[in-house]
Amino acid sequence: MKLKDTIHYNWYKHLFVVFLLLVCVLGSAALTEADFSEVFENADQIGIFMGRLAHPDFSYIPDILDPMVKTLKMSVVGTVIGVLFAVPFAFLATTTVTRNPVVTGIIRFFLDIIRTIPNLLLAALLVAVIGIGEATGVLTIAVFTFGMVSQLIYESIETIDYGPIEAAESVGANKVQIAVWAVAPQILAQIASYTFYAFEVNVRASTVLGYVGAGGIGVVLNSSLALLKYERVSIIILTILVVVAIVDTLSEMIRRRLA
Amino acid sequence: MISFEHVSKTYPNGVKGLKDINLTIGDGEFVSIIGLSGAGKSTLLRAVNRLIDITEGEITVNGVSVTKAGKKQLREIRRHIGMISQNFNLVKRSTVQKNVLSGRLGYYSTIKSILGLFSKEDYERTREALESVGLLDRLHTRSDELSGGQQQRVSIARTLVQQADVILADEPVASLDPITSRKILSDLQKINREMGKTILVNIHSVEMAKAFSTRIIAMKSGEVVFDGTPEELDGEALTRIYGRNILEEKEEEADET
Repeated sequence: MKLKDTIHYNWYKHLFVVFLLLVCVLGSAALTEADFSEVFENADQIGIFMGRLAHPDFSYIPDILDPMVKTLKMSVVGTVIGVLFAVPFAFLATTTVTRNPVVTGIIRFFLDIIRTIPNLLLAALLVAVIGIGEATGVLTIAVFTFGMVSQLIYESIETIDYGPIEAAESVGANKVQIAVWAVAPQILAQIASYTFYAFEVNVRASTVLGYVGAGGIGVVLNSSLALLKYERVSIIILTILVVVAIVDTLSEMIRRRLA
Repeated sequence: MISFEHVSKTYPNGVKGLKDINLTIGDGEFVSIIGLSGAGKSTLLRAVNRLIDITEGEITVNGVSVTKAGKKQLREIRRHIGMISQNFNLVKRSTVQKNVLSGRLGYYSTIKSILGLFSKEDYERTREALESVGLLDRLHTRSDELSGGQQQRVSIARTLVQQADVILADEPVASLDPITSRKILSDLQKINREMGKTILVNIHSVEMAKAFSTRIIAMKSGEVVFDGTPEELDGEALTRIYGRNILEEKEEEADET
């Protein structure tokens, strides 16, 4: 059997891909002056750090419950506000509903811009404008949710069954009536599902928003790290982990029911 | 009454859907439109309520021009034209009641229909319509839990609550088995005879077209090539429409077996 009769007949192509990947990795390492030996030289530091992290300070739990609950509250409020604004914009972002490529184009451009702003940068900007606190966190989450969920919704609007739209049109319904009676019922379950998904993402994201002063558990995490209290950092991370896991499981359960 | 005057439709890609169609369809007729796939049957049907815009000529329904109607006028005209299609066009996640009630949308203001403020009469109309298609017990069933034939009957009920004088049926039985097909068509026949509604049906089955309709129109490459009673549709006419006599072939097949 010759090599060219086997599944490896284009081995040289695969080899070339491997070569290219190697060049990319080594090239970027050289460009950024990354030195892997440093990682190993500082191994003892890692050991100390990990050692202290392995001894979480459980007595600190009562102090972090309140900020953790605050973080959850921020996520809930932010998600709800974000989704409320996302729905009408998502409808306008599809030609299925607007029948007007210009309107849809403008709305989409606007949504694209919103989405390109990274979460943390947005929080930092809003802290500068509004000030430090939970309100800023809520607003950051709302804007972020708005960008993410509106895209998810308009993409699902584009995949709906067109039949009911035609039916509504043929009984003399106007655009708003078509949106509410023919489009909305087809995507309501998905909107609910996206809302829970966004909430999941937001809980995870909002834990670090405190870093830039947007309130919640991140503030405590930041100060504990700055004070080198790794035992506290450890218990904070553990708490976040548990909460995120619970939220993820719950939201996944609900989303599965909705589907 | 529906009339087509020198109606032509050229699609943006240059394909001619309809070529100089002249037809008058009287009130209370049950018209079957037959012809090969791509002959222009759907285009003809959809031009009536302007789901497709024609490029030349004029279509009038009950003396009002569909072609020249403005947005508001068009909505008003569409109220009087019911439509059912091969895919039933129901919102599958919604209940039967909601789907049927949506036939009244054209009669409501935007705000009222968003809030779901339908009148008592319209709920009553919905019940009556579902009763006449034998699905009253399914009022609160989700539409996707129904069989194909039942879904099509829901879409017929929707045109009934719409109180349309004209019902356009775009291949209403193409996705149904022969027995269910006959039931659907006899439902339409009943509506035609008892309520005097004009019915236009696109249909592939020549036998069923002959059995149920009062008039048959055949199309070929965007033109009307036959227009007459079911009795007049003989072997020679069928050969003209389909290129061969399909009914006779079927009989021969039946003889052989």
